[in-house]
Amino acid sequence: MTFIYPTGSNKAHPLPLSPAYKSSIKRAPNKPLIPMRHTLSELTGPVYGHETVREGDSDLTTQHKGEPLGERIIVHGHVRDEDGRGVPDSLVEIWQANACGRYVHVRDQHPAPLDPNFTGAGRTLSDASGYYRFVTIKPGAYPWGNHHNAWRPAHIHLSVFGHSFVSRLVTQMYFPGDPLFPFDPIFNSVPDEKARMRMVSSFDLENTKPEWALCYRFDIVLRGQNATPMETK
Amino acid sequence: MQDSVKPDGITPSQTVGPFFKYGLTPTGEYSWNDAFTNSTLTPDVSGDRVRIEGRVLDGDGAVVPDAMLEIWQADAQGRYADPQDKRALPNASFRGFARCGTDKDGHYSFDTIKPGVVPDPDGKPQAPHVVLAVFARGMLRHLYTRIYFSDEAGNAADPVLALVPADRRATLTAVREAGKAVYKLDLRLQGDNETVFFDV
Ligand SMILES: [Fe+3]
Repeated sequence: MTFIYPTGSNKAHPLPLSPAYKSSIKRAPNKPLIPMRHTLSELTGPVYGHETVREGDSDLTTQHKGEPLGERIIVHGHVRDEDGRGVPDSLVEIWQANACGRYVHVRDQHPAPLDPNFTGAGRTLSDASGYYRFVTIKPGAYPWGNHHNAWRPAHIHLSVFGHSFVSRLVTQMYFPGDPLFPFDPIFNSVPDEKARMRMVSSFDLENTKPEWALCYRFDIVLRGQNATPMETK
Repeated sequence: MQDSVKPDGITPSQTVGPFFKYGLTPTGEYSWNDAFTNSTLTPDVSGDRVRIEGRVLDGDGAVVPDAMLEIWQADAQGRYADPQDKRALPNASFRGFARCGTDKDGHYSFDTIKPGVVPDPDGKPQAPHVVLAVFARGMLRHLYTRIYFSDEAGNAADPVLALVPADRRATLTAVREAGKAVYKLDLRLQGDNETVFFDV
């Protein structure tokens, strides 16, 4: 038995060429993608277990001697497929700017301070129900050279392995109510508004820890293995 | 909890951006540890060891120094290290996955083994191939392609290569260097000789 991943769900993704995002102009293919049937090569994918994740990798506030500056937050949610099923044992990797909007990456030129107590990288494995959780610092907005006065809304980059190579997802999680949304060509590269809003986390008061950290919920939805699996020989 | 809600659709993709390296491909340059390297090799793996290397180029032919490539492949017996491949157990520790960031000159390389033959959904053999995902700043969603090997007779009958116009198949075929277990393939994101990408 093998599963079919409907390609229709790919419509939620941005088109490769989104001219308002200048870097896409020379890096998007000009020729149409060639459709193909999924074979075992596409329907299988890497499986990683707990040996990939070290103790403490999901807490970005305890990776150095001291505590990082900024607003401590909890980010949690479920990795699910389109049919609503939890995706267990899925590796979730994150990377982000610090509270001032500065990345530790050597090529980040934003003249905001680095934080010696914050790298901004984390990883975890979703549990049996697909649940994952990180503790981190709320990242700052940062300027970029795309156009005059261009600022990225605050975001956390996420990389998620589903259960097949075609369910692989790299995305960005945004924060509710960010005033920069209307001006950001990367956020707005997703044409459908409802799909776009699925990249925005929601404030989670219920799981906010009193006297300690605000909580945001971000559910990650991967391509589904169709509800009716196809039998093949 | 919101455990049983059927979602409206998938989470859209966003670019990996220019600053993924310290999180996804630190390779000793950052304090974070590597979950993955550019090698699939494990001490017990059987098969022919090969290196696949080349450059990533944009629509102007300029090198792309901030791309990330990921490969996924079967072992030398054509079996994937995934429970969904139920035909037989793969090599005990072979995973078949590797990740590589391009360097300042746009170079990438993978150390791996030549994969075996994997059947297509009709049971027809596919020529040995590696599945490749390409991520970069400027790419709002990653692209899928495949790497085939120039010295495989099975390429002529491969059902996926057959979908590709004959004059574009070379963009998917890594060329073996004379006398070496090294295969070269440049990836062109756009323009003349643009790499074939698949809609999967
Ligand atoms: Fe960013």
